[in-house]
Amino acid sequence: MQVPAPIEYERATSVEHAVALRSELGDEARFIAGGHSLLPMMKLRLANPTHLIDINDLKELFYIREADSEVRIGAMARHRDLLDSELLARHFPIFRDAERVIADPTVRNRGTLGGSLCQADPSEDLSAVCTALDASCVITSSDGQRVVPMHAFHVGPYETAVANNEMLTEIRIPLRPGGGSAYQKVERRAGDWAVVSAGAAVWMDAGTIVDGRVGLAAVGPDTTSIQPVAEALAGAAPTEDLYQRVGEIAASNCSPETDGRGTAAYKTHLVAELTRRALRTAVARAQRQEV
Amino acid sequence: MQVNMKVNGAEVSEEIEPRHLLVHFIRDQLGLTGTHWGCDTSNCGTCVVLIDGEPVKSCTQLAAMAGGHDVTTVEGLEVDGVLDPVQEGFMQCHGLQCGFCTPGMMLTARALLNADPDPSEDVIREAISGQICRCTGYSTIVRSIQWAANHETSVSLESAS
Ligand SMILES: Cc1cc2nc3c(=O)[nH]c(=O)nc-3n(C[C@H](O)[C@H](O)[C@H](O)COP(=O)(O)OP(=O)(O)OC[C@H]3O[C@@H](n4cnc5c(N)ncnc54)[C@H](O)[C@@H]3O)c2cc1C
Ligand code: FES
Ligand code: FES
Repeated sequence: MQVPAPIEYERATSVEHAVALRSELGDEARFIAGGHSLLPMMKLRLANPTHLIDINDLKELFYIREADSEVRIGAMARHRDLLDSELLARHFPIFRDAERVIADPTVRNRGTLGGSLCQADPSEDLSAVCTALDASCVITSSDGQRVVPMHAFHVGPYETAVANNEMLTEIRIPLRPGGGSAYQKVERRAGDWAVVSAGAAVWMDAGTIVDGRVGLAAVGPDTTSIQPVAEALAGAAPTEDLYQRVGEIAASNCSPETDGRGTAAYKTHLVAELTRRALRTAVARAQRQEV
Repeated sequence: MQVNMKVNGAEVSEEIEPRHLLVHFIRDQLGLTGTHWGCDTSNCGTCVVLIDGEPVKSCTQLAAMAGGHDVTTVEGLEVDGVLDPVQEGFMQCHGLQCGFCTPGMMLTARALLNADPDPSEDVIREAISGQICRCTGYSTIVRSIQWAANHETSVSLESAS
């Protein structure tokens, strides 16, 4: 039987209260959102917090809305909310593509965007999604807020820019004209973690890709955004040759490991192919030729 | 610590250790052993209960987190001796063999039908996709849920009369 080690449990009633508790309770306190990454780690003693601060009552963090040319998502938005959101589906179809294949419906009822990003598991899908979309993260402490771009949010596997007296409260995604996005994932069975995932976002003007990004999951650290891909996409015409080349660039910029989900060679092959497919769909969507 | 919640409509107030998982609280402390406990790794779904009407894997929630909420277990499906149409459907269409996955399957079916009274087969299969059945091959489970969808009103009317 797997049971977490003894802990103290506190329930936060507001963001202010949550960050005050976090500072007061010390380095070994953790927030618990959906608990679907943290509790499994605690059962295995991979995480050993002394205190859990439950943030599920923070109704002020459960939103998805448009404001100031951005879509803003509260950290407690659950996978299911992201899947169901028409606003996200309209502006950033990559979310619905990804959410359809993240875990299973029951897990999606609990797991949150904030928890996913803060878990910073290299196999986790939403970091690739948010990085491809050039999102930024609002981090709150008792002293105020700071905004950190996604590419600086993850400082290593399972490590983020959120300090011990801080909390991730909001994710902001810029709304820019001519955008299209898509997500591709290969999994062994329904509801499983990715063998490999690739997300792509492009912004187009007059038939040319002005700006584009590809983010990968499950193929090593530091692949949520691949800089040489962004360089190859900027100013390029959307041709099959380009997709081919960008797929190869992605494949040579990841470091998959052979494990139960597949060999490194198979995963590298998937990176190239899934990158091409995601880009193709993203461009088609940007051109309003929805496929 | 003290935890208060509603379980199958009744208020419960219990002393718990904060680290206790909801599944163990329900089975060992409340004695409601209809909720099964299987993989312990959030994969099999036999431990599913409804929290405020939504299916949740109770091996991956603390009992403390359910405080202040409404929990429904399989024991809560039957009301005054009348089975829920979902339970009736599982009987009519042979939706179980060993029965280990059944409590979770039935609760997810109940939540699905509350949200979508006439789900397609694909929607049903997606809804139960986080739950594993080693016996039936799923087809009879899908048929049981379809049976329940088709008999929702007649059985609910019977239970009202
Ligand atoms: C069976 C199963 C399959 C899964 N499959 C996938 C999959 O295919 N793809 C995928 O991407 N994910 C998958 N997941 C993970 C799932 O998405 C988790 O729900 C998610 O990673 C964590 O979200 P959570 O809200 O449960 O976080 P929690 O477990 O509550 O927290 C995770 C970590 O983040 C911290 N944290 C949470 N919120 C905040 C905040 N606002 N500010 C600061 N720190 C915070 C916590 O302290 C903890 O350290 C799966 C999980 C399970 C159980
Ligand atoms: S025991 Fe909870 S999902 Fe298997
Ligand atoms: S009936 Fe045996 S596991 Fe489903």
